[in-house]
Amino acid sequence: MKKILAVDDSASMRQMVGFTLKKAGFDVTEAKDGSEALSLAKQQGFDAVISDVNMPVMDGITLIRELRSLPNYKFTPLLMLTTESGLDKKSEGKAAGATGWIVKPFNPDQLLAVLKKVIR
Amino acid sequence: MSIDLSQFFDVFFEESFEGLDAMEAELLNLEPGTEDSETINTIFRAAHSIKGGSGTFGFVSVSDFTHVLETLLDQIRDGQRVLTAEHVNLLLKSVDCVRGLLSALQAEEEPDLSESNELKARFEAILGDESPEVVEAEHSETVSEALQSTTYQIDFKPESHLFKTGNEPLYMFSELAELGELEVNVFHDGLPEFLEFDPEDCFLHWRFFLTTTREEQAISEIFEWVEDDAEIKIEACGGLFEDESPTVQQASVPEPSVSSNADNLETVQQPPAQSENATNNEQNQQAEESLAAVQKKVESVKSNKAESRKSTDSAATSIRVGIDKVDSLINMVGELVITQAMLSQIGDQDITESSIAALQEGLTQLAHNTRDLQENVMRIRMLPISFVFSRFPRLVRDTSQKLKKQVELKLVGEQTELDKTVMEKLSDPMVHLVRNSLDHGLETPEERIANGKNPVGTVTLNAFHQGGNIVIEIMDDGKGLDTEKIRSKAIANGLINESDELSAEEINELIFMPGFSTADSVSDISGRGVGMDVVRRNIQALNGSVEVTSKQGVGSTFTIRLPLTLAILDGQLVQVATHTYIIPLISIVESLQIDITKVSKVGKGLEVLRLRDEYIPILRLYDIFSHQGAREELDKTLLVVVESDNYKIGLLVDDLLAQQQVVIKSLEANYQKVDGISGATILGDGTVSLIIDISGLIKLSGLRRPGSTELLVDLKGEEAEPA
Amino acid sequence: MIDQVEVNQQLMFDGESDEKQFLTFMMHDEEYGMDILAVQEIRGWEPVTTIPNSPNFVRGAMNLRGTIVPIIDLRMRFGINAIEYGPLTVVIVVSVKIKEQQKIMGLVVDAVSDVYSIAEEKAKDVPDFQDSDNAYFVHGLVNVGQKMVVLLNLEKVLDLSDKSGLKG
Repeated sequence: MKKILAVDDSASMRQMVGFTLKKAGFDVTEAKDGSEALSLAKQQGFDAVISDVNMPVMDGITLIRELRSLPNYKFTPLLMLTTESGLDKKSEGKAAGATGWIVKPFNPDQLLAVLKKVIR
Repeated sequence: MSIDLSQFFDVFFEESFEGLDAMEAELLNLEPGTEDSETINTIFRAAHSIKGGSGTFGFVSVSDFTHVLETLLDQIRDGQRVLTAEHVNLLLKSVDCVRGLLSALQAEEEPDLSESNELKARFEAILGDESPEVVEAEHSETVSEALQSTTYQIDFKPESHLFKTGNEPLYMFSELAELGELEVNVFHDGLPEFLEFDPEDCFLHWRFFLTTTREEQAISEIFEWVEDDAEIKIEACGGLFEDESPTVQQASVPEPSVSSNADNLETVQQPPAQSENATNNEQNQQAEESLAAVQKKVESVKSNKAESRKSTDSAATSIRVGIDKVDSLINMVGELVITQAMLSQIGDQDITESSIAALQEGLTQLAHNTRDLQENVMRIRMLPISFVFSRFPRLVRDTSQKLKKQVELKLVGEQTELDKTVMEKLSDPMVHLVRNSLDHGLETPEERIANGKNPVGTVTLNAFHQGGNIVIEIMDDGKGLDTEKIRSKAIANGLINESDELSAEEINELIFMPGFSTADSVSDISGRGVGMDVVRRNIQALNGSVEVTSKQGVGSTFTIRLPLTLAILDGQLVQVATHTYIIPLISIVESLQIDITKVSKVGKGLEVLRLRDEYIPILRLYDIFSHQGAREELDKTLLVVVESDNYKIGLLVDDLLAQQQVVIKSLEANYQKVDGISGATILGDGTVSLIIDISGLIKLSGLRRPGSTELLVDLKGEEAEPA
Repeated sequence: MIDQVEVNQQLMFDGESDEKQFLTFMMHDEEYGMDILAVQEIRGWEPVTTIPNSPNFVRGAMNLRGTIVPIIDLRMRFGINAIEYGPLTVVIVVSVKIKEQQKIMGLVVDAVSDVYSIAEEKAKDVPDFQDSDNAYFVHGLVNVGQKMVVLLNLEKVLDLSDKSGLKG
């Protein structure tokens, strides 16, 4: 079973993403901010990371940059959840090493469709 | 996959309301010009999360509105715009507005958009109209698809670092294949010599021919994430490929693909009428299908509605509990299990003298465990009073602006915990008292300066525990109660006679009398047709009390006293004839044997006991409760002196029994309100015992509270005659 | 009288479900019935805790597995002279919606009698009902074999705030 780390400070989004992925057959771990996600990612391997951008403690861009610098996450799909007003965040995220982005708002089906591009 | 999003609504609403509270608190802390980036960030994040969530869960009214909020905050955060006082006001209004929208949505009501539209327009005016189009574009994404097939030639030449972005060409190609008929050509001319070959790099490039009914956008979306990491060329092509790349390794494109392409082109060229018909039919069919789908959705929304309505109701009764509290409960249950094991071990053995000692020890342990467990279970329901306090900064800000008064609000003891149910019922009375302090208590800055006071008035909310009670003080340093004015008003309203001589305290008490607050005192701020009597009644309904102390020119303090919980009570069991009653321990001042030489009769046969320098009216409980067979001789009975509403009375009982904690049960639930009884409990032997309601008893006995026109007895009673 | 006829007609016509089950009990040599769906349990008489200043027909409050339940003496409620409680005396615990509120109460009666399935049509016969004071509590009258059973309107019987059915 592929393992995905879902990072969001909003509990409802986290639950929604987690629930959707679990239903699609992924093993999902949730984290509420970048720093929690980073330490989880260091403890265990994940096949993909989906992270919100705006979060307290450590934001999503920093998380992606940190993750990408880890040998274990060199090729791992790192996706960020952004809103349309955060267009410039996309390039910032790409520069930090993000694989791609998912634009909020999205529904479960859209999430899974997009995810198929990087993990199956 | 169908996932019912409504299952996440509760969490979404909960966190959104929390987010709004956080926004509001931070906004109130903001002084334009001195804002720090973390504060702005927190506000931004809250707005951002609400927008993201509401968009995801389909609450368009909220996401549309928060979008403009977010845009403005983003600009302020990035330093593109300077925060002004107007922004803060507007943002505060927006917090209320979003709260309103969310509440309506939570209650399954149609939200009123007039306010949000108005605010949105103001935000857009500030922003200079950049945002709406973006939103528009987002919404119009689902344009109807073209039904005809087109063949695209796609050249995809990734840069060598592609894998290190986490992208996987293979998956992208699978995605492409899902769009239609795909032909793949791979070029490996970029492969380096073996020694230079880095397995982490990508050296291949591809050319695809995709025949699809989808638009070009669907293709570019697949490559969206690698646009900057590859050369991508997507072109619609005709039937023939003029320019074949010289580096193609594979033989040229197979015939079938081309011919199918040609077929497609032919279909398109057929008489327009027929094709239009076909398209229309198909569109009609599609429309029908989507209608059916919508109806289905409506159905499911309806059923969801029914469900989530249930859950909204239940949401009101759910609480979040800190994990530490749960952990300590688990520990305690662990201890309880050990004790139980120990006791059952003793029970298995023959009873000997030593086992009796062990049994007693075990029972002590059990009592200890039970009490711990009980206290901790109660703690679960306890929340810090900051949940109530937190609404006051805003209230004070708005109200003082309206009144043109300068007010500093001080909050003390915000971490003081009390039962959630008590808290919920505390909020309204407190709002009333605070408004009252702002409106009637504090003076205008001019008046304050004239009186040599700081022009900025202070309102302090102070909470602390005292015994089994929580005490909440609402203090202001305003002008204090005007006893003369209160007195004359009470006379005018017929509450007291002109001849009544009342102490300042008694006069102040009058403001809690029903009928004191009259129409002409109703102002926009503290009026609203609710008087202090309602405040007092609400608090008394919680077994609490409210009183006022005041000093003219210095200020007033309202003190609310409430039990920490409504579920459990420390009780004194007393015997009246054959009946056992419970008196709340908290209201007992002392219990004593009556010295009959100090009993006098006043008024219409009321007995009073002179106790030190006070006169305590004696209420014979058996008499009030109409019980036969009780001891009637004063010297053979006991007097329990209790206090309620600043009023001391003595309850005559046959005997004092045990003191114990009792679980309060409702008598009213299956029966009806009983005067002088606040509830019932079940004693250790399984029988029901009734809990005495002191203030109800005072009413029942016919004694009046101070300030009444019919004082049965003057309790300061110099003229009380010896019996 | 007129009220009664109407009640009985209602009993005749409403509901296609022809048979309804009634628990009957004895009181003062008369047999009374109540809708069995309202009955929660039947228990023997145990002493209860007196509720001060309550009407005489309220015997007190009982602990029913943690719930405080008021116990009503139905004889006294109907103004029939009280008798000593004996081994046959039972408490019928019922759950009834009174003024939008579901309440659980206990009714003390002389003895339980039987459960009848009564077809609604059988309630046609309306013999003269003597005790007009208590007519208020009556839902209808039916004949079961040779006996007459008085079907009670529990909502009215147990609405203690409603004094209209009370004697004196």
